[in-house]
Amino acid sequence: MSALRRLGPTVGVPVFAVLVAVVISGLVMAALQVNPFEVFRVMFDLGDTPSQQMTAVVVVLNRAVPLFLAGLAVAIAFRMGLFNIGVEGQYRLATIVAAAVGAAVALPGPLHVLLIMAVAVVVGAFWAGIVAVLKVTRGVSEVISSIMLNFIALGIASFLLTGPFRGSEPGASIISTADIPESGWMPSLNGIFGALGLADPPRQLYGFLLVAVVVGVALAVLLNRTRFGYDLRASGLSPSAASASGVNARAMVLKTMLLSGAVAGLIGLPDLLGDTRSYTTDFTAGLGFLGIAVALLGRNNPLGIAFAALLFSFLDRALVPLQIEGLPASVITIIQGTIVLAVVIANEVARRIARRSAERGGAAADAAAPGDGSTSTGQSAGDVGGPGGTDVQGTGAGVSRTAGAGQADDTRGAGA
Amino acid sequence: MAATGAPGATAPGAGAGPGDAPYAVELRGITKRFPGVVANKDIELRVRRGEVHAIVGENGAGKSTLMKTLYGMHRPDEGQILLGGREVRFRSPADAIEAGIGMVHQHFMLADNFTVLENIVLGSEPTKAGRLDRAEARRRIREISSRYALNLEPDVLVEALGVGDRQRVEIAKVLYRGATTLILDEPTAVLVPQEVDELFGNLAELTREGLTVIFISHKLDEVRKVADAITVIRRGTTVGEADPKTTTSHQLAELMVGSELPSPETRASTVRERPVLQVRDLTVASSAGRPVVDGVTLTVREGEVVGIAGVEGNGQAELVDAIMGLRSPAGGTLLLGDDDVTGWTTRARREAGIGFIPEDRHRQGMLLDATLWENRILGHQTRPPAVKGPFIDRRGARTDTARIMREYDVRAPGPDTLAVALSGGNQQKLIVGREMSAAPRLLVAAHPTRGVDVGAQAVIWELLKDARAEGMGILLISADLDELIGLSDTLQVMLRGRLVATLDPSDVTPEALGGHMTGARAGGAA
Repeated sequence: MSALRRLGPTVGVPVFAVLVAVVISGLVMAALQVNPFEVFRVMFDLGDTPSQQMTAVVVVLNRAVPLFLAGLAVAIAFRMGLFNIGVEGQYRLATIVAAAVGAAVALPGPLHVLLIMAVAVVVGAFWAGIVAVLKVTRGVSEVISSIMLNFIALGIASFLLTGPFRGSEPGASIISTADIPESGWMPSLNGIFGALGLADPPRQLYGFLLVAVVVGVALAVLLNRTRFGYDLRASGLSPSAASASGVNARAMVLKTMLLSGAVAGLIGLPDLLGDTRSYTTDFTAGLGFLGIAVALLGRNNPLGIAFAALLFSFLDRALVPLQIEGLPASVITIIQGTIVLAVVIANEVARRIARRSAERGGAAADAAAPGDGSTSTGQSAGDVGGPGGTDVQGTGAGVSRTAGAGQADDTRGAGA
Repeated sequence: MAATGAPGATAPGAGAGPGDAPYAVELRGITKRFPGVVANKDIELRVRRGEVHAIVGENGAGKSTLMKTLYGMHRPDEGQILLGGREVRFRSPADAIEAGIGMVHQHFMLADNFTVLENIVLGSEPTKAGRLDRAEARRRIREISSRYALNLEPDVLVEALGVGDRQRVEIAKVLYRGATTLILDEPTAVLVPQEVDELFGNLAELTREGLTVIFISHKLDEVRKVADAITVIRRGTTVGEADPKTTTSHQLAELMVGSELPSPETRASTVRERPVLQVRDLTVASSAGRPVVDGVTLTVREGEVVGIAGVEGNGQAELVDAIMGLRSPAGGTLLLGDDDVTGWTTRARREAGIGFIPEDRHRQGMLLDATLWENRILGHQTRPPAVKGPFIDRRGARTDTARIMREYDVRAPGPDTLAVALSGGNQQKLIVGREMSAAPRLLVAAHPTRGVDVGAQAVIWELLKDARAEGMGILLISADLDELIGLSDTLQVMLRGRLVATLDPSDVTPEALGGHMTGARAGGAA
């Protein structure tokens, strides 16, 4: 019962938001003289033969892996109220350094891959760590510093690619780092198609999928079941209460950003180790920003982020088929954008409804408790605020909410 | 727009006092429900023209709901509002203002970087050719100021004004809009004693000029001093009128509470020899470098309650922060038992046995959007029963939360309820239960009964007394002088960051204590 109630908003709200977004973007398409039903048909048409269909599945999964990691990286920081917009720069810098190191050394199979991952994690964490150090020592907002560090990271990445890490022939149309030798490749998972009796598609399913699953499970446990996760969440819910409880706010900012950056460092590796083998000028970009949308849609919950990543990559897969059918591919961007907006609105509405009904329920419970004659049942109006400047929330039905004509709704923190 | 007086509602005699002029304000059978609770029920209020009418009641009794009804912020479900004998229905505060009702809020709503004049006219500016007519505004403000002895300078910036002056600006704002009935919501909460006297002088001016004042408060002594009539509200309904000249504060308090008042009196002394907390020459500097806690030395022994009295803002909050490790001191040492904890982190201090009931529970004591069992863990993240090694023990936390709810009378559906759903008293009982459950050596209790109802207050007092009897040392910071005198074994008075007097609570009166707090009396019975 309580599990159901907790699950309700977690699942129901995003699903509802996605449905609303689909309807709205359908209307937008209609207004643009694009037949929305045709678009949706193409989207769900995965191909005619089993091999084509499995290829589509592999494309979706391969795209979902980096999106999932990006969502996780953003969500870790979100949980403690930090907005790490710098995921983009963190993963681009991590990927190029990892690619260069991977190409420069020769190690036996698993070790080589592990080294590349370790380098990516360290570089990502380092770059995010700069944000944390600036915030902790100088009070610089992480939003500002991480955006600015994105530009610096992209600049450094271009410099490295055209300078010290350049591996391609002079004059090549696409500049790239040197290829990672085969011992540093991630084996594909295509074996499982045979094992499951499905058609083996020509595309390679990224072996990094397994790493992503392990990272996701580990983070879910870390965030939900450990003291560290509790401290992190407490810091996000109320920094002042967290520090009064003994959480060291500065250390927490540092740890959280390092962890977020470490996960961000992994984002580029599925493509690097499973497909491209080198960092190029046209290496997948924008995953860091998509990660913000994925984390929002997944409500900062690893399982939710997995579904959100799958949804976004499912939408992305349709880009090519839509162009083949002569439909504008930008409808995908419209749908994704609408989903993000709808989810943000729905999350906020759900939060308010939950809070209001919680207050109401609590007030009812208070009133229903057999009075011992001294507890005032109607514990209600805003004058708990009294001289101390505590605020009205928590006592009794949303009195102030209905009452305050604009000024009442979010009185939280007024007493702070 | 205008107050929609029901047509022909001026039925002769309606709302008139016996053979008298009609009441300035009359409420008949006002009931206001919110989902799950009845905030006001059958409120009867009769205010004569030209009087100061006080409305007293406990926190949460429904005073503010009632005033919001009268000020048009929401509509009553039942009952009538009559002004001067005419029934009115307000759809918004604008209607109420139109009908001559003005509200002076407890928290001032003034723009600091505007002048007094600009603040007063803001929203109803006199204009000449589309521009603010300063001359006209200045003339009217001076007229209001001299008529009611408000003593306002129209061209001074508000940021240069003290609290008392700001309050007079608020009053002038309301008068400027033509109010004939003023509602003052806890006007003295922010004032120092001399300012309170000035305010009362102003109120006398207002009523002499024929205006009506509705004065909301729970400070009974002040109410008896200023009011011409008192209406008492208890649990959302009016329980009676009292004459301030013939009623004692104690009688009023019992009317408000509806039963014998609980008393904070402690039993025989349980003070032992061993000190649990020794503060030596503690100095805390403000961000500007000024000492806000200045050379404080005090000792809390096992089984002893040391009370810190003082007008708020004299360094008590900073002292608490320094003891909890939330603020690093500029000098001095802190000993917990035999350990020098001066350089310890907050967490290490809590693990070493300091419990903490913070001044502002929403800011420092709770995660409002988290469940009760998650709140059980807060501040105890490193200790059983809520954690096992690096992991959170969800079952253990839930079980222990259920125990706290049972033993400390926390009224809530269950450990999975969100903390925001609890009333202030229940939240506070949960915090007290949580801190007591860790069996601390020292409890730092800052305003432990602020904003809680009388029932919860009595429970919390009992818990503190029991803990003291078991040998816990308690540092009690409070603004409630009866609480301080009743619970403490030793009283320290804090003024401008220093401890200025040590008093014996068994022979000090609230009046004498108040004298020390404002610095009117020097020295101490130490």
